[in-house]
Amino acid sequence: MVHDKTIGGRLFDGAVYVILFLVALVTILPFLHIIAGSLTTVDELAQKRFVLFPTKISWDAYTYIFSTNTIFRSMLVSIGVTGFGTLFSMILTSLMAYGLSRRDLVGRKQLMFMIVFTMLFSGGMIPTFIVVKSLGMIDSYAALIVPTAINAFNLIILRSFFQNLPDGLEESAKIDGCTDWGILFRIVIPLSMPAIATISLFYAVTYWNTYLPAILYIDSAEKWPIQVLLRQIVILASGLTADSSGFSGDFVTPPDQTIKMAVIVVATVPVLLVYPFLQKYFDKGALLGSVKG
Amino acid sequence: MKKHDLRRRIMKNKAIYLMILPGLLYFVLFKYFPMWGLVISFQEYRPYDGILGSDWVGFKHYQRLFTEPMFWTIFRNTIILFLMNLIFFFPVPIILAILLNEVRLQAFKRFVQTIVYIPHFMSWVIIVSISFVMVTMDGGMINEGLDAMGMQKINFLLSDEWFRPMYIVQVIWREAGWGTIVYLAAIAAIDPQLYEASRMDGANRFRQIWHITLPSIRSVIVILLILKIGDVLELGFEHVYLLLNAMNRNVAEIFDTYVYTAGLKQGQFSYSTAVGFFKSFVGLVLVMSANWLAKKFGEEGVY
Repeated sequence: MVHDKTIGGRLFDGAVYVILFLVALVTILPFLHIIAGSLTTVDELAQKRFVLFPTKISWDAYTYIFSTNTIFRSMLVSIGVTGFGTLFSMILTSLMAYGLSRRDLVGRKQLMFMIVFTMLFSGGMIPTFIVVKSLGMIDSYAALIVPTAINAFNLIILRSFFQNLPDGLEESAKIDGCTDWGILFRIVIPLSMPAIATISLFYAVTYWNTYLPAILYIDSAEKWPIQVLLRQIVILASGLTADSSGFSGDFVTPPDQTIKMAVIVVATVPVLLVYPFLQKYFDKGALLGSVKG
Repeated sequence: MKKHDLRRRIMKNKAIYLMILPGLLYFVLFKYFPMWGLVISFQEYRPYDGILGSDWVGFKHYQRLFTEPMFWTIFRNTIILFLMNLIFFFPVPIILAILLNEVRLQAFKRFVQTIVYIPHFMSWVIIVSISFVMVTMDGGMINEGLDAMGMQKINFLLSDEWFRPMYIVQVIWREAGWGTIVYLAAIAAIDPQLYEASRMDGANRFRQIWHITLPSIRSVIVILLILKIGDVLELGFEHVYLLLNAMNRNVAEIFDTYVYTAGLKQGQFSYSTAVGFFKSFVGLVLVMSANWLAKKFGEEGVY
């Protein structure tokens, strides 16, 4: 757009910048407050509540939470579920997406309808629970991965990406005697790295954030992923939620604010670490999924 | 002849079918089996006897559904949260995208985008935890702020009047930035000549937004509105469940949380499946009607 130098135009510009700056500020402030709060002492936090820059850095909260077995174990569970889950999801999703991207496939339309329909209608929580239970997955790590292995949106995004690769590539590979598996692994996937990376990161974030499958299917506290533990420490410890079952022994008295904040940070940081990598791709990736369906 | 041809085409793609198989199995097992499992809403389901061994009771659970006062409470709560989403949340990404589009300093635009996308990647547990820490009565920064300004502290977490505002603020805070992506892409596709022409005609920036930007992204708005309406009953189990407590139950309990407590916690499998079925069915009908309406008004629709 060409610069508009009228007074009205300048005022308009100024207002736009101010509003957007405030929006960004409001978005980021709670995070900054939590990070600063986790790094300060209990006393400082008690004296001035708006801590954004702690005067005295204290690692006490972190030392404490990593001295308890509970958080360490939950982190390991989450890391494991995220790693295996992402790999498993990507294998299933890429294989299916590639298959469905082939225009010469008989039954392609029906299969696509079958997938889209699951986005519109579902059996719901209880029937799904019964299926997972009858497969013997209750209280196993598999229950955190397998029942949510494929995300229909991600599948469709990847399929669209595969479909938009030039047809000639596959044909010429075929003429050179390449099998379908060869085409997928040696041509299609290497050419689709941006899409593969985006979808992998989407899956990884979902697995890291997994909560509902954990409260539905996991009974024993030592298998809790970090999100469930976070809820126990911050939300249940406030004594507010309906059921306070299964609150683990490491925190008998309600933990200090600084400790709550430190646990929030620990549960958040991994996502913030992948975020810069994620950001490079997701404009394109997310778009494909939302508009073209 | 034709049949033969079909068989040849299928055989030729053996490898491809093999690739689809694991994914297909996933959809059958975890999506279509549960749909079949909805039959337990017409049974007195007993886990030990399974679906095949449990007794049929016809519409008993559906009758209970419509006579149960709690059902109407959650029905009302669900509708109110949905309407709040539509009225307070839905326009925000559109406005934000239009504002971002008016920014000419690319670095600033990038900076704002980077920040406002972040909350989308945080789990609801994290977002609810952050707000708990911020609004708590003893030392939360919001209440301390109110106190410093000489106002009464508010017990946000344990009051039924603050549940809805808190819910919608969290939704906006988490999703508004992410929601701009689609609109920004739609705006980017607008022909710049339209803006030049309008400037020649003396249109100011507001008029350009009103007469060019908004009409150009109308179809995207309609598509997203249809999808949103389809989500009518998907208000987020996790989000609401985390905010739910004994004090705000009568405004906070929605279909999903009710299915969870009545079904899994209290073991009323069949009844809560009926509640879930009702929810899914209404959602399906709504998205189809919204789509039909959109087409009627000359828009593309989702499918």
